[in-house]
Amino acid sequence: MSDQPLLRVSNLKTYFPVKSGGLFRRSLGQVKAVDGVSFDVNAGETLGLVGESGCGKSTTGRSILRLIDPTSGRIELDGVDVTDLSKKELVPFRRTAQMIFQDPYNALNPRHTVGSIISGPFQVQKVDPPGGVRAAVQELMERVGLNPEHYNRYPSEFSGGQRQRIGIARAIALRPKLIVCDEPVSALDVSIQAQIVNLLKDLQEDFGVSYLFVAHDLSVVRQISQRVAVMYLGHIVELASREVLYTRPLHPYTHALLSAIPLPDPDRQKQREQITLNGDLPSPMNPPSGCVFHTRCFRAEDRCKVEIPELVEVAPGHVLACHFPMTEMVIGTRIEGPNSGLVEMPNRDIEAPSEVIADMAEEGRGGPVTADYVGDPDRD
Amino acid sequence: MAITESVAKAAPVAGRSLRQVVWSRVRHDKVAMTCLVILILLYLIAIFAPLICKVIGVDPYAFDGASISDSGGAPIGDWGGISRAHPLGVEWGTGRDILAQLLFGLRISLLIATSATIITVFLGTVIGIVSGYAGGRTDAVIGRSMDLILAFPFLLIILALSGVLTQRLSSLGVPEGNPSRILYMILVLSVFGWPYLARIVRGQVLSMREREYVEAAIAMGARTPRILFREILPNLWAPILVYATLTLPTYIATEAALSFLGIGVLPPDTSFGAMLANSVSYFSVVPSYLFIPGVVLVVLVVTFNLVGDAVRDALDPRSGRV
Ligand SMILES: Nc1ncnc2c1ncn2[C@@H]1O[C@H](COP(=O)(O)OP(=O)(O)OP(=O)(O)O)[C@@H](O)[C@H]1O
Ligand code: SF4
Ligand SMILES: [Mg+2]
Repeated sequence: MSDQPLLRVSNLKTYFPVKSGGLFRRSLGQVKAVDGVSFDVNAGETLGLVGESGCGKSTTGRSILRLIDPTSGRIELDGVDVTDLSKKELVPFRRTAQMIFQDPYNALNPRHTVGSIISGPFQVQKVDPPGGVRAAVQELMERVGLNPEHYNRYPSEFSGGQRQRIGIARAIALRPKLIVCDEPVSALDVSIQAQIVNLLKDLQEDFGVSYLFVAHDLSVVRQISQRVAVMYLGHIVELASREVLYTRPLHPYTHALLSAIPLPDPDRQKQREQITLNGDLPSPMNPPSGCVFHTRCFRAEDRCKVEIPELVEVAPGHVLACHFPMTEMVIGTRIEGPNSGLVEMPNRDIEAPSEVIADMAEEGRGGPVTADYVGDPDRD
Repeated sequence: MAITESVAKAAPVAGRSLRQVVWSRVRHDKVAMTCLVILILLYLIAIFAPLICKVIGVDPYAFDGASISDSGGAPIGDWGGISRAHPLGVEWGTGRDILAQLLFGLRISLLIATSATIITVFLGTVIGIVSGYAGGRTDAVIGRSMDLILAFPFLLIILALSGVLTQRLSSLGVPEGNPSRILYMILVLSVFGWPYLARIVRGQVLSMREREYVEAAIAMGARTPRILFREILPNLWAPILVYATLTLPTYIATEAALSFLGIGVLPPDTSFGAMLANSVSYFSVVPSYLFIPGVVLVVLVVTFNLVGDAVRDALDPRSGRV
């Protein structure tokens, strides 16, 4: 039972056909929004999924829930292969996995009352909770921190944070085992973000739900995830436990994302250097050859342009797709890169915010990355 | 005074449905309320026209030889023969009562315009939703059909085909004569009217289809009918209501124009258009033939438009929370 992950995604690809308009729609190509993604989510855990806008995070989440039909690959949820289930066969599976959306304004139908929004899952799945739907809904409202007396109010009367709570109540109504949280706090004020994250954590403790927690930066993900996957242009480039990913990341892109986290101390924020990536995200219609990151990578070499780096497990639980991983040796030193000339690498506290380092030190898990973790004979 | 007013305004808005919001806005609009009352009265008059005529003692079908001159049939008396027995005068040549004709004409005009509006709204909404939600080839085919209909020389076709098609309706079992002609008008108005609404609805559905609440419904396991009718349709009431209230008066006017051109109801029945058409020959002698139906027609169209505007304003999201 427990040796099997709750969710297993294998080589998931989701391409969107791009067609010309009009009656005779010619195919113009494909947007490779998700291009061969594999990961597991274990029962009761949170996997963070991070990457910049447009890299395919939402498409991954939506494909897993079969809101979009994947092009190929396999999705196994709770031991069932749901990849090829028909719309009808999917209906019972919908109880197992739910979604929380980014935009709390678009996620709730403005013409429905809160009560009818949260009772939707009961109606659709024909679930009759003991004590009636209304009582169950009001209990849910209370659980997520809403006033149950507001049952008959409309979404327009609630603030963004309260609306997100309504969306959470709807998602947990039937006690799913997995919730895909698609940037659930990105649209909220910072002060409210923490409340929502804490609510999600509480709910996880209460009934052991797993989250696939999507975010476009690494700071929110750190608060909730046990493991973190970093995505770039439809690919997972690095996946590791939170501790490892925040202190000893190996992928150049992960380093860039980490350096973008603002530090709480303004002086240190001013001092530290950020890795700014050159250029924009390339078009997923026409991804770069070899390593998809090579057009912007400060460590790219000729090999990167031709040879696709395999996603390999460089240490237990730490997978990486890069020919020339970052090691302890390069952190804080000048390195050469063909794209950007000399790049000043960030120093230690940039990619490892101090409290995390403190955590690490306490647990005795700091320490340098050794060469055999990296598994790249060319480099060392 | 001023303080209590501002307090009343600042009072929290309790949860309200679309209907409550529209109603509370329209209720505070004096012009709209007046027009609404007039409209309700006009509908009541139309519905109870036979009863009202009986009470007043007029009859739209009865010839009254005594009220017209034996030679030429001109009404006896000023203003088309206004008298106690015929409050708005009588018809040239037959002596039929104008007031009674007006009431029965109102009945037919409202019948045609209201039925055509209902059918238009139904067709436009259903086709627009299907087109927008299905997308792809279905959408493209529906879109081109709408273009085709809108490109038709509407008036010419209606006039050219009226004879053939009313006969076809009769052969399909609709009573011959005016019932067929009335049905023809209703169908013509609806068939050429729905694409405008369908386009509006399609556009709304296109944008709504991408909304996350639709996705949330799919994620719950909702099937297409529930998504269309529970998630999408409730958000369409506002544009549909506005379209309907603004379309009805144009149908009244179009019906009058078509009757004027000769494809409307035939005597002894009548409508506004038929009355106006008749009035033309006698205008220099009895101008009231033109003015009486003309004034009622204008009042009808204007009140409908004012109510439509008020509904549109009440639903306008820019004017506050909806
Ligand atoms: N329905 C669609 N049709 C065509 N292309 C799409 C569709 N949905 C997404 N895409 C494209 O797929 C790519 C990945 O989009 P996706 O929404 O998954 O990114 P994301 O990582 O969630 O970004 P964001 O942070 O902006 O939400 C983008 O290039 C986007 O334009
Ligand atoms: S494979 Fe090359 S281009 Fe890709 S991330 Fe590693 S170093 Fe950069
Ligand atoms: Mg997204």
